[in-house]
Amino acid sequence: MVATAAEVWAVLATVPDPEIPAISLVDLGVIRAVEWQNDLLTVTLTPTYSGCPATRVIAMDVEVALRDHGVQNLKLETQLAPPWTTDWISDAGRAKLEAYGIAPPQPAGGPAHCPLCKSQAVERISQFGSTPCKAQWRCQTCLEPFDYFKCI
Amino acid sequence: MTALFEGLLRLGDTTLILSHRVSEWCGHAPALEEDIALANTALDLIGQAQMWLGLAAEVEGAGRSADDLAYLRDVWEFRNFLLVERPNVDFGHTIMRQCLFDQWNGLMLNHLSGSTDDRIAAIAQKAAKEAAYHTERSADLVIALGDGTKESHARMQSALDAFWPYVGEMFTADPVDTELARDGVFPDLASLRAPWDARINEIFASATLHKPDSAFAHQGGKSGKHTEHLGHLLTTMQWLQRAYPGATW
Ligand SMILES: [Zn+2]
Repeated sequence: MVATAAEVWAVLATVPDPEIPAISLVDLGVIRAVEWQNDLLTVTLTPTYSGCPATRVIAMDVEVALRDHGVQNLKLETQLAPPWTTDWISDAGRAKLEAYGIAPPQPAGGPAHCPLCKSQAVERISQFGSTPCKAQWRCQTCLEPFDYFKCI
Repeated sequence: MTALFEGLLRLGDTTLILSHRVSEWCGHAPALEEDIALANTALDLIGQAQMWLGLAAEVEGAGRSADDLAYLRDVWEFRNFLLVERPNVDFGHTIMRQCLFDQWNGLMLNHLSGSTDDRIAAIAQKAAKEAAYHTERSADLVIALGDGTKESHARMQSALDAFWPYVGEMFTADPVDTELARDGVFPDLASLRAPWDARINEIFASATLHKPDSAFAHQGGKSGKHTEHLGHLLTTMQWLQRAYPGATW
């Protein structure tokens, strides 16, 4: 049974993102706040892309994980402002993305290097990819296509 | 019906109907990358529609939800621009319509990000980030196809000629727009025209396309007077809720 905000954060850190299971919801930066008021727990979430179908699954996964840890009185809230940006992804999350084969977002607007062979010779195939948050790139050295988590 | 509710329906219905039109390409686009890009654009637009219609429902205070507004209204209750209900025709028409709308939407969202209504500002700030990718892509494609082969050029020019009479509605204020602009909720729509023209002129110059001279503008979408195309679109979009009221999964 989780009782403190820190314990709730620890549970949420084990809940994977439904589309990129290599990182947790905490790594992704979509958990805005965790607050106990007596026995009522309020968790505030923020969407990544407004139309991302994962948003509803994320809310469901949060609910299931917390109920599994004994939380009975739970309220989920959505907060839009300030809007989620890729800056909310944690450093640990960025490292996990790269290890998983997805180039983490860069301020310059393109991947720093190929996540597989680390070559800097990369080219954009399309600004849109397998999920709303990704673009398709290709490595000119190892020739592998890869996902790039694009900046918003 | 308040001006705020009307104004939100215009934003919500325009993004919803365009989203549906763009989604018709899913599985049919000329290349896999384009298919994915169009599907993602449709998804972003439906996300925006959910936020605008969700706020519209809240402002209305009649117990309706965003889904109720999307699925249970009939043609004359929709407030989208006529431009977005036009059929896809071909890939060129689809991209031209997208470019004309994206350039408007980008400007609109930037203004709405500073709206005096905090709820509108929050939605606009969120949507503007995604819309920036749409704006870049549709402009790039208009240029690539306009300044492409003889065939692609001809198709883009024909798309531009066909959609041009639907551009004016985006910039023509009626009493609803005027009231919202007076309160600083919406920008003055006419003020968006000059920056829109400037950018569109640049795009068309690079695309070697000729902007039609006519200033004629069809009106009606914002007050519920639609073309026959919207009814056919809604027949598909609303079919499930009409056949099985209240169905969920
Ligand atoms: Zn490589």
